[in-house]
Amino acid sequence: MIAHLPLLPILVPLVAAALALMFEHRRFGMAPQRIVAWTSMGLMLVLAVLLVRGAAGGEVGVYLVGDWPARLGIALMVDRLAALMLLVAALLGIGCLLHACAGWDRRAPHFHAFFQFQMMGINGAFLTGDVFNLFVFFEILLIASYGLMLSGGRGERLRAGLHYVSFNIAASTLFLVALGLVYGLLGTLNMAELAVRVAEVGPQDRALVQAAGGLLLVVFCAKAALLPMYLWLPETYTHAPAAVAALFAVMTKVGLYAVLRVGSLVFGLAGPLAGFAWPAMLVLGAITLVLAALGVLAARRLRSLAAYLVLSSAATLFIAFALDTAGTVGAGLYYLVHSTFAGAALFLLADLVRRRRGAASDRKDVVAALPGSTVPAALYLMAAVSLAGLPPLSGFIGKLVMLEAVPEGPRTFWVWLLVLGSSFMMLVGLARAGTRLFWRQEPWPDASPEQVARYVPREQMREAPSRPLETAATVLLLAYGVAMVLGASPMLEYTRATGTQLQAPEAYVEQVRATLPQGRTP
Amino acid sequence: MELAMASAIGILTAAGVYLLLRARSFDVILGLTLLSYATNLLIFSSGRLVTGKPPVLREGMPAEPAYYTDPLPQALVLTAIVIAFAMTAVIIVLAIRSRADNHSDHVDGSRAEAEFQRREQLRHDEARLAAHAAELVAGNESVPAQGAVASPDREGRA
Repeated sequence: MIAHLPLLPILVPLVAAALALMFEHRRFGMAPQRIVAWTSMGLMLVLAVLLVRGAAGGEVGVYLVGDWPARLGIALMVDRLAALMLLVAALLGIGCLLHACAGWDRRAPHFHAFFQFQMMGINGAFLTGDVFNLFVFFEILLIASYGLMLSGGRGERLRAGLHYVSFNIAASTLFLVALGLVYGLLGTLNMAELAVRVAEVGPQDRALVQAAGGLLLVVFCAKAALLPMYLWLPETYTHAPAAVAALFAVMTKVGLYAVLRVGSLVFGLAGPLAGFAWPAMLVLGAITLVLAALGVLAARRLRSLAAYLVLSSAATLFIAFALDTAGTVGAGLYYLVHSTFAGAALFLLADLVRRRRGAASDRKDVVAALPGSTVPAALYLMAAVSLAGLPPLSGFIGKLVMLEAVPEGPRTFWVWLLVLGSSFMMLVGLARAGTRLFWRQEPWPDASPEQVARYVPREQMREAPSRPLETAATVLLLAYGVAMVLGASPMLEYTRATGTQLQAPEAYVEQVRATLPQGRTP
Repeated sequence: MELAMASAIGILTAAGVYLLLRARSFDVILGLTLLSYATNLLIFSSGRLVTGKPPVLREGMPAEPAYYTDPLPQALVLTAIVIAFAMTAVIIVLAIRSRADNHSDHVDGSRAEAEFQRREQLRHDEARLAAHAAELVAGNESVPAQGAVASPDREGRA
């Protein structure tokens, strides 16, 4: 059983999704589906904790599916990074599932099946040790995400969905092109094997391998929303239902994970192509960060503000990873965990505000008093403080450690300036949104006629039921952030160790090549 | 054979990208399909093009790579075909629903559609006027210039 542990985070949601499909809600009601979903979520959490404990020592676990040698068959790989990401996905999934169980899962048929498939794709993408399976798991999580985003939707959401789906299909096609080129040039798709062959590539093939690897990274950057390819993100996240948008907060992180994995493992061994893409990513990440901060200032709705915050956190992480030292990567991983939870919490909160404000929705330019604003306002304050990177919450620790870890040199000034400047812009944007949504009650005395026209009196507000489960889900996601502050020391130790491990890809290559089939009889 | 294969991939990709950038969701879907065909051919050819060699071991043939074709790209391309097929089905359903809900097949919804129609109308009008004017000039040189100017003016206002 323990030997098969790395396979279980993929199998459990797969079985659960099949079961959720079988217990059709029209015949059996919601209860069986919810029981299946929660059992699977609980199991995934236990598995993730076990894997983190197993990987914390620093060894790389390799699991050969079907007992084929890693060069021929499919290999799964558990190191500190993969285990950490699994844990983050499971914890985030619990929060989103809690929110969806408050009522959204009734409206969207097959929500639970899609949700489990999505978890399967995410877990698989973190665990796989070969690039083609990374593609397969990307597709699984994307297909599930189309279903999650579109089921129960209509109108504008379908239009945004069409953009999202066609963009992602085009990106997947590019992924396949890159895979075809990589296989044609290097003759393998296993990451550890690729690392060895990339390091040994002759001068006549160097440009081709660089092009193929560059294409691969372009695809991951598209998923992670780097500069020229981030335009799909704000629109999609704004139109996705709350629980799904919150889960999507981890999707850009899957892209970042793939960038980090391929950048540090496949192009990590010392050779002519070692780390060739990092300088470009540093620059693009910096520009994306500035644009995302401007987006936060300009956003008209709370939901698109949250989407731009997700974008800004991805850009910050690109900077951290592109600096390519153990310290920045470690600090970046702490920031990654924080931004996933805090961003997801803001999406859930935006939905709460949107439903309570009725016709005014979550628009910032409409003046309307929010009925029962104390709890949402307090939660918003917490999320905003955390996301803007103010003390004492997790965002502050993440950014502080990251800035501290930036290596001395001509780039230090620019990185500090960008990260701090964009944090300030985000702080202003968040404060403006908070004042407008939670404090302003009626038009101020010298308001212009058109401002008065935008005022929605309290009588016109739809009475939205406040669902305790939804508030609980938001509180839970924010509580993760508080837990990250309280446990900052052990957690930073773990992420720093992860950074150090990623800087030494030789250990992976050795481990994967040394793992031989055990010749078990079935 | 390499030339034929490479040109096929190139032409499919070019057509696919062109269609992908068009404004109707139908064209976009066709473009994505063509792109996926091109990709399948590319993956297939990444194991090198050979003819008359089996991908699986055969009795009576020595078990050496020289006598066989690479089986892995064939397995990969099978996966890619299945996934592309499923994706096409998903996006077709989505496009049909989106058209029904937004009353437009335009990828940017009905507002973009209206804008597009306005511009098309303008283009049509201009073309018709130009043809009309040319006809007048060519058909009857003696028609006073005033008439040729007056009629486009009237239609332009309409």
